[in-house]
Amino acid sequence: MHLLRLNLAVAASGFRRYATYRVATAAGVFTNTVFGFILAYTFIALWYERPQLGGYDQSQALTFVWIGQAMLATAALMGGGFQDEFHARVRNGDVAIDLYRPVDLQLWWFASDLGRAAFQLLGRGLVPLAVGAFAFELTLPSSPTVWLLFLCAVFLAVVVSFALRYLFALCGFWLLDATGLSALSTLLSVFFSGMLLPLTVFPGAFGEVVRRLPWAATLQVPADVLLGESGGGGLAGLGFQLAWAVVLLAAGRLLQAAATRKVVVQGG
Amino acid sequence: MAEPGAVERRAPGRGLSARRALGGVAWGLRAYGFIAAMWVRSTMAYRASFAMMLVANFTTTFLDFAAIMIMFSQVDALGGFALPEVAFLYGTSCVAFGLADLLLGEAERIGRRVRDGTMDILLTRPVPVLSQIAADRFALRRLGRITQGALVLGWSLTRLELEWTAGSVLLTVSMVLCGGLIFGCLFVLGGAFQFWAQDASEVQNAFTYGGTTLLQYPPTVFGKELVRGATFVVPLAFVNWLPALRVLGRDDPLGLPGWVDFAAPAVALLCCAGTALVWRAGLRSYRSTGS
Amino acid sequence: MTGDKKGWEAVQEDAGGSVRDTDGAFIDVRDLRKTFRVRRRSGLLRRTSSDVHAVDGISFTLRRGEMTGFIGPNGAGKSTTIKMLTGILSPSGGRLRVAGVDPARDRTRLVRRIGVVFGQRTTLWWDLPLRDSYGLVRRMYRIPRARYEENLARCVELLELGGLLDVPVRQLSLGQRMRGDITAALLHDPDVLYLDEPTIGLDVVSKARVREFLLRLNAERRTTVLLTTHDLSDIEHLCERVVVIDHGRLMYDGALAGLHEIGSGERTLVVDLERELPPIEGIEGARTVRTEGPRQWLTFPATASAAPLVSRIAADYPLVDLSLREPAIEDVIARMYAA
Repeated sequence: MHLLRLNLAVAASGFRRYATYRVATAAGVFTNTVFGFILAYTFIALWYERPQLGGYDQSQALTFVWIGQAMLATAALMGGGFQDEFHARVRNGDVAIDLYRPVDLQLWWFASDLGRAAFQLLGRGLVPLAVGAFAFELTLPSSPTVWLLFLCAVFLAVVVSFALRYLFALCGFWLLDATGLSALSTLLSVFFSGMLLPLTVFPGAFGEVVRRLPWAATLQVPADVLLGESGGGGLAGLGFQLAWAVVLLAAGRLLQAAATRKVVVQGG
Repeated sequence: MAEPGAVERRAPGRGLSARRALGGVAWGLRAYGFIAAMWVRSTMAYRASFAMMLVANFTTTFLDFAAIMIMFSQVDALGGFALPEVAFLYGTSCVAFGLADLLLGEAERIGRRVRDGTMDILLTRPVPVLSQIAADRFALRRLGRITQGALVLGWSLTRLELEWTAGSVLLTVSMVLCGGLIFGCLFVLGGAFQFWAQDASEVQNAFTYGGTTLLQYPPTVFGKELVRGATFVVPLAFVNWLPALRVLGRDDPLGLPGWVDFAAPAVALLCCAGTALVWRAGLRSYRSTGS
Repeated sequence: MTGDKKGWEAVQEDAGGSVRDTDGAFIDVRDLRKTFRVRRRSGLLRRTSSDVHAVDGISFTLRRGEMTGFIGPNGAGKSTTIKMLTGILSPSGGRLRVAGVDPARDRTRLVRRIGVVFGQRTTLWWDLPLRDSYGLVRRMYRIPRARYEENLARCVELLELGGLLDVPVRQLSLGQRMRGDITAALLHDPDVLYLDEPTIGLDVVSKARVREFLLRLNAERRTTVLLTTHDLSDIEHLCERVVVIDHGRLMYDGALAGLHEIGSGERTLVVDLERELPPIEGIEGARTVRTEGPRQWLTFPATASAAPLVSRIAADYPLVDLSLREPAIEDVIARMYAA
């Protein structure tokens, strides 16, 4: 109970921290919206040539674009999130202090990242999606159940995204230069989440592999849940996300234990 | 070594201010040069790290083209343009943007500098503030974007069955250079805007990164309103769309008179003049409000 | 130094009629004002704006080679004044000349002749070694090579930077970084040095070293120094003159000694008696403010002599020991601000 309250407080402070930057949020919304328009037009051209490409009709493809813009900041698909601060604390050695806190390191950062994601879903996600729905004909479900499932999928997307970024961040304990790691993490996320192009459009065996990677859980799956393209009424997608979340969080714990040993033995 | 003091000391007159302005620009460029050189030397001390970042920059920026290739694995044309033609647009847009990003990309940190107070420090040095900001952390890893853009451009030239004339070669070269200038202006304008709105650095991304993404696709893909906006409001169309359509032998969707295809240098110069005015206004505003 | 001299003559020529004026007052501040317009949200969408007079009509002059303390509480307008003196901010009103140059109009010319050290943030390049930072400073200020080497060697020796030149700035301790910053500000032989909180966060040894260096600099080069600080012992060690401002106005300008008199007006006599006694009474011009066992505290006007007071007490009371306390400068200033 105490632990839950503590983590809620951490999440709330993460939320508030991002909420103070109103102008930055407005600027982000503007940029997401502009990118949404650019991408939407290229998708229109693409689906004009090949209707039903990737199993979507044009309206579904456009919906995918705007979900992507709404999820961009929320699931930190192009970087941004806790990892910059984490790297800074590894570099200057403050992370040793964190390890001796009464709360678990992974849980602490997760709570704070979840608070951030919650703010960015509201602050940066809703407006671009609304603008997209206003400017284009989108396929948005009318059933509240689907929206609820979508919210679950967004939550799990943030969990998987966090778990992935946490793994990369932990590697900073062994590699001195974390900028390369961040770059790699972002690169993989941008391409394999579906941010540039829905993963269902990726051809052949390559597409098969890509759709099974954990990054698919951060955008492709939530989008499919909302579009009603995920099997089992969306449950298949949620199961996929959950499986990756468990595996990656567990891997994070193992790596964290190794990192802790390293810090304890070498003093950082 | 021409002392700027020496220039200033001559008798006042009309000729002076022009010469002084030119002297100022020359000094600003030279200062940019030695600050950038210092950063290059300093990053080269960590070669492995530099190589990694260069590869990361190359690969990240190449992903956009990877997405285009995947698109063309499913279709033969986009907006009526085949892959080599889109690659031509992509390459010119990328190289032009990459040049601006390499030389002036740091301007996007102005808001942060105002917030943390380091802007004040720049104002206490006898070097133009823009030179100091733009050359700060000068990073050759940004050559990654230029390289991959140039490779795609080169590939497209081998695939495009065009009759090259001196004119179209000149037009292609000017696309990259004038485009670089136009994008550079956008970077500086975005930076200057942050003198008024420090947290709004992301707004400029819509025009810079958004702009280069827009120009990677043919104008026929986009709504007429968007193309008009990218021609008359933010003159992105002059970076590659208009001249490239001429090189590719295509009609422009807005049906503008033919001479506009050659207007990029003039547009770029106009942009520079406008940007200079806005930049000075921004700096003046900072010096009067301190924030 | 030839380059510098040329610059100096040039300024005198340019300044024309104001040459005499710069001779007398190297820094000349007259009725300087800075007003900021502050906007506040006063509702969901409504905004109200009001004018804040950060600097509200300050005048003072500094002679060449003077070392002056510039003090006041947070938000008094110190930084704003310094920023106007260095050309960072343009004034809203009044007249300002530094070495005959108007900082707002001729910022680039002015900055060649001034050095600025901000205690809170470095002017050096965070990721570059000190040596590279100095190399950049040399090129920015176009310092002739020989002059640069000489100045650098001198600072390195006096500020003991020898082993640190190849260390990136971010790895330096606060004290090391401050010494590095002071060096960077002096490589181009500035006529004026502005120091904003130069000893903040420094350990005792670093503080002493920095102070000693500044005294020497001022004595040997006649560098005019304007120092803002929260640490009044800096002022006591370094400055003969202090300028105190608060709420954007000048509160005091004069000798440090005078600040004691004006601010407090009272000194304290502490007497130890043989035994515990009721408070000492009936002594003209003094009053007992505190008793603690056999010890008593009496205050009397700073302008009065303590001698007759002591003899009166010694005559009437069993006096064992006594001491005289000057008002601490902190008390003086605290009292000024309270008033």
